[in-house]
Amino acid sequence: MDILSLFVIVPIITVIALGFTKDLKQSRIVALAGMLVQLGMSINLIFAYLKERAVNDDIMVFVKDIMWFEQFNIHYSVGVDAISVVMIILTAVIVVAGIFISWMVDDLPKEFFISLIILSTGVFGFFISLDLFTMFVFYEIAVIPMYLLIGIWGSGPRENSAMKLTLMLMGASALLSVGIFGIYFNSNIGTDGLLTFNILEIAQVNIPEAAQNLFFPMVFIGFATLGALFPFHTWSPSGHASAPTAVSMLHAGVLMKLGGYGVFRVAMYLLPIGALNWSDFFLVLASIGVVYGALGAIMQKDLKYINAYASVSHLGLVLFALLMFNKTAWNGAIIQSLSHGLLTAMFFALIGMVYGRTHTRDVAKLGGIMKVLPFIGAIYVITGLAYLGLPGFSGFVAEMNIFVGSFQHDDTFHRVLTILAVSSIVVTAVYILRMVGKIMMGPLSNPEYANLPKATWYEKVGLAMLLIPVVIIGVMPFGLGEMLKESIQPFLERLQ
Amino acid sequence: MDFSYTILIPLIPLALFVILGLFSKKIPASISGWMGSIGLGVTFVLSYYAAYQYYLNGKLNGVYQPFIYKYNWLNFTDKLHIDMGVLIDPISVMMLVVVSTISFMVNLYSIGYMKGDDGFTRFFAYLALFSFSMFGLVLSTNLFQIYIFWELVGASSFLLIGYYYTKPSAVSAAKKAFIVTRFADFGFLVGILIIGYYTGTWDFQELNNPEGSVITNWAATSFMGLSVITWALILIFMGGAGKSAMLPFHIWLPDAMEGPTPVSALIHAATMVVAGVYLVARLFPMYYFVEDGFALQVVAYVGAISSLFAAIIALTQNDIKRVLAFSTMSQIGYMMLALGVSGYHGHDGLGFMASMFHLFTHAMFKGLLFLAAGSVIHAIHSNYLQDMGGLRKYLPITHITFLIAALSISGVPLFAGFFSKDEILAAAYENNMLIYISSVFVAGLTAFYMFRLYFGIFWGKEKEYEHTPHESPMSMTIPMMFLAFMSIAGGYIHFSKYISPDHMPFEAHLNYYLAAIASTVGLIGIVLAFIFYKKENNLSERFSHAFGVFYKWTYNKFYFDEIYLFVTKKIIFGLVATPAAWFDKNVVDASMIGIGNVTESFSEKIKGMQSGKFQDYAMGFISGGVVIAIVVFYLWIN
Repeated sequence: MDILSLFVIVPIITVIALGFTKDLKQSRIVALAGMLVQLGMSINLIFAYLKERAVNDDIMVFVKDIMWFEQFNIHYSVGVDAISVVMIILTAVIVVAGIFISWMVDDLPKEFFISLIILSTGVFGFFISLDLFTMFVFYEIAVIPMYLLIGIWGSGPRENSAMKLTLMLMGASALLSVGIFGIYFNSNIGTDGLLTFNILEIAQVNIPEAAQNLFFPMVFIGFATLGALFPFHTWSPSGHASAPTAVSMLHAGVLMKLGGYGVFRVAMYLLPIGALNWSDFFLVLASIGVVYGALGAIMQKDLKYINAYASVSHLGLVLFALLMFNKTAWNGAIIQSLSHGLLTAMFFALIGMVYGRTHTRDVAKLGGIMKVLPFIGAIYVITGLAYLGLPGFSGFVAEMNIFVGSFQHDDTFHRVLTILAVSSIVVTAVYILRMVGKIMMGPLSNPEYANLPKATWYEKVGLAMLLIPVVIIGVMPFGLGEMLKESIQPFLERLQ
Repeated sequence: MDFSYTILIPLIPLALFVILGLFSKKIPASISGWMGSIGLGVTFVLSYYAAYQYYLNGKLNGVYQPFIYKYNWLNFTDKLHIDMGVLIDPISVMMLVVVSTISFMVNLYSIGYMKGDDGFTRFFAYLALFSFSMFGLVLSTNLFQIYIFWELVGASSFLLIGYYYTKPSAVSAAKKAFIVTRFADFGFLVGILIIGYYTGTWDFQELNNPEGSVITNWAATSFMGLSVITWALILIFMGGAGKSAMLPFHIWLPDAMEGPTPVSALIHAATMVVAGVYLVARLFPMYYFVEDGFALQVVAYVGAISSLFAAIIALTQNDIKRVLAFSTMSQIGYMMLALGVSGYHGHDGLGFMASMFHLFTHAMFKGLLFLAAGSVIHAIHSNYLQDMGGLRKYLPITHITFLIAALSISGVPLFAGFFSKDEILAAAYENNMLIYISSVFVAGLTAFYMFRLYFGIFWGKEKEYEHTPHESPMSMTIPMMFLAFMSIAGGYIHFSKYISPDHMPFEAHLNYYLAAIASTVGLIGIVLAFIFYKKENNLSERFSHAFGVFYKWTYNKFYFDEIYLFVTKKIIFGLVATPAAWFDKNVVDASMIGIGNVTESFSEKIKGMQSGKFQDYAMGFISGGVVIAIVVFYLWIN
């Protein structure tokens, strides 16, 4: 068995094993064990990757290719570069942390963990895929369980939210499928070979400019909807608000990253000319998203809505950076994906902990929680500071890469948008401090909150797992940047 | 010479922060305060040793040499990267002495002042975090490193102002400080990005070289009539003005007094607030040479106006800490204007030297004023001047040390402030008459408001105190006595031998003629304060009535807070953020739902049946997508 396919097989085995469990205790242990194996494998993957990279110059390593449907030349094809490796680690960390956070899920625990792990299977599969068809299948596997997770274990107007989310993402995938087939039918131009879905093979041909111009926006919007591109972001606030904690974590932390990853790996790598032609248009949308999301977050009353709009802003920055077409900005986009994934997962976990104890997420009703829950309060403040880009945390490294990269364009159009994007650091500080100041600090808003139960060990473990990588990236960014740089090079070469 | 041990100076407080922060619940209060003080004591010794070694032996052919130890932290492009490191040169060593002295004294003082507070260990952890960041800032080797530590001091300032986090006023003060300075830092960051793009480096040695390509090529670019580099310097100064509470970013500083008093002494009087001055001094050759010092003129006028403005407001405030806060702003204005009027070569660099000199003496006497004010507040549990009076009997040490600091800041001869202020006035006199006159006037105002405080607190009628005020413990009075010593002795250091823009020592002499004018003005201020406030009388009330509207405006700090409040609450929140939220819900989201509804009814019509709702929707979308896909294939194949 190759080392990458195990990332799909281990979750499947875990899901089967979960089928035999009886109660919460058993199912959480099984889920945790499976995902710890997954985490161990992904940490091992970094070292294996670095070792392989030292002797192997291919764009992708650990490549495995199996014929799936011969008549359409569809393969099951996997391989990784540094970008997918770091995304895999991110996913594994967030899934394990999510299981810790859902330690006490009381409603249908078995089914909950099964859906959660199926979702993560889709995500892992997506990140290792080299074949567009395989990738698309895994993408759908990741999106479908979302509907169930929100519809069954959610809160508030959950059915409505689940519906909106699923529909918008389905609409996006419809668009995406058109784009992917468009690429497929152009994949043998100038060669005598078969039509192919294989990313590396498609990258060898030059798809005609007209086709690139036609299909790029489809693939871009198809993926970027998942990455909360303005104005296709509206599924995210209501979806997050209704989702249970672990699902929000996984969704904002990992699933939304499929968007940026897909844009980069498929839209920009395979359709570089289309990307350059469309870049100004989408750049404007992305910049609007950065500022608009941040402004939208200021006035929200529900904690999860604040975080959802903050995600629109921060993921807008990822798309913004991707459209800057240089190494520094792209490096920043990838680090921003990691950083946002970890931090937003922390925020959702913390919001879940506060909600679980006070039964409200209304900013106006909360206040002075830090006095009662010092651990949760302290981590909340730290997460907030990290989120607003304080040096020493991952967000700073990501944002500075993005800003310096964007500043390499010296025309007025790019300058104006870049300065607009930089201004988001101020607005971010406003909404983060407003939220932290209101709910964590100040006098206790409700005497009933005086005896809230303290943070439990599994909550602490879950938070610590997320915080540690944030600090590591923030304090020692050098290794990560070097590792990513080599894998970014092929993308740059496609632009020439 | 080897200065690599100076890397320990920031690392010791960092280690303290990590230990105290992680185990804040486990480490008892009796230990944590002493851990902090011993740690900072070690940095204090190391800094003084470094100063001794550097100023004595750091010269080569009569020029002070920089010593740099750095490593590459983060690469952006082929040229641009961030280094982390230590830069030892005359001004960074001087700042090490200032920061380590005040940090150490404040740590000691806090052991007594914060006694019995339930967040005792947390407090010392924050102090250590601040010291780490501040040391990192002053030792920075490049512009981006300074920005990193700049943000970190901002965050530690946020944590310390909001230390009493259950108090709403403290929380809003902390938020205000962070957001206002963050806004200024936005300018700073854009300035850094401009410098990086147009010069290809952030390294101070390359930027500041008067013969280097950066300074000689400033005219190569232009934007709206000025060199792009000038714009960058103005934007960088915007960051400096934010941290140093210059107009119009000063509004956070008075509110920051909500923090514990030792914090005000350390951060908001002696060290962090002078970071803006340090930043301009750090880039001084750029400010001086690029576009013939246009940006430096901006610095000079902003400094002069802030200095005058703050001194006027300080006359009417009743909260003693706020008077001191405005006084700080005014004195920092002095330092800024001194930099602004300075030249570069030889004796022309007087302003630069004077600015650094005043930074040094100000740190000592203003730190002391805050510690003494803290001692008063500790004794009577009030910040307000009207609750004080006749305290000299109960607080003898506080009384004497406060008096020394007040004499020093008022520029009375033989005290430290006299010497440094005289150099500033001399530099202003030689270069800009308008600024000189305003500065002399400020010197008079300073003496007046400072002795208004002094007489109001220690003389006048005794108030009804809840319990008899008593002198503070030794851990508090010893740091005060040390700083009192420095508030006198600091003036006798020959700064011109050590600090100058071109790193070459020069001779600066006291200008007796100017010194006499300044001292006279100062003495007039003191005498007026004596007449008004020594004994209870209604003179001050009559005067405030006579000035009417002007008094009211001054008392309300010229309504700057109200203007900011209007802009943020009414314009940004009311006219931008709320409509954005509304727009999102009612336009963007609604149109998405609209598309969904259209599709739903469409698919219902096609299918002519009503099954489960979700399938309906999903089928609508998927079938729609498939139809489009098929059409596209068909067109493509043909």
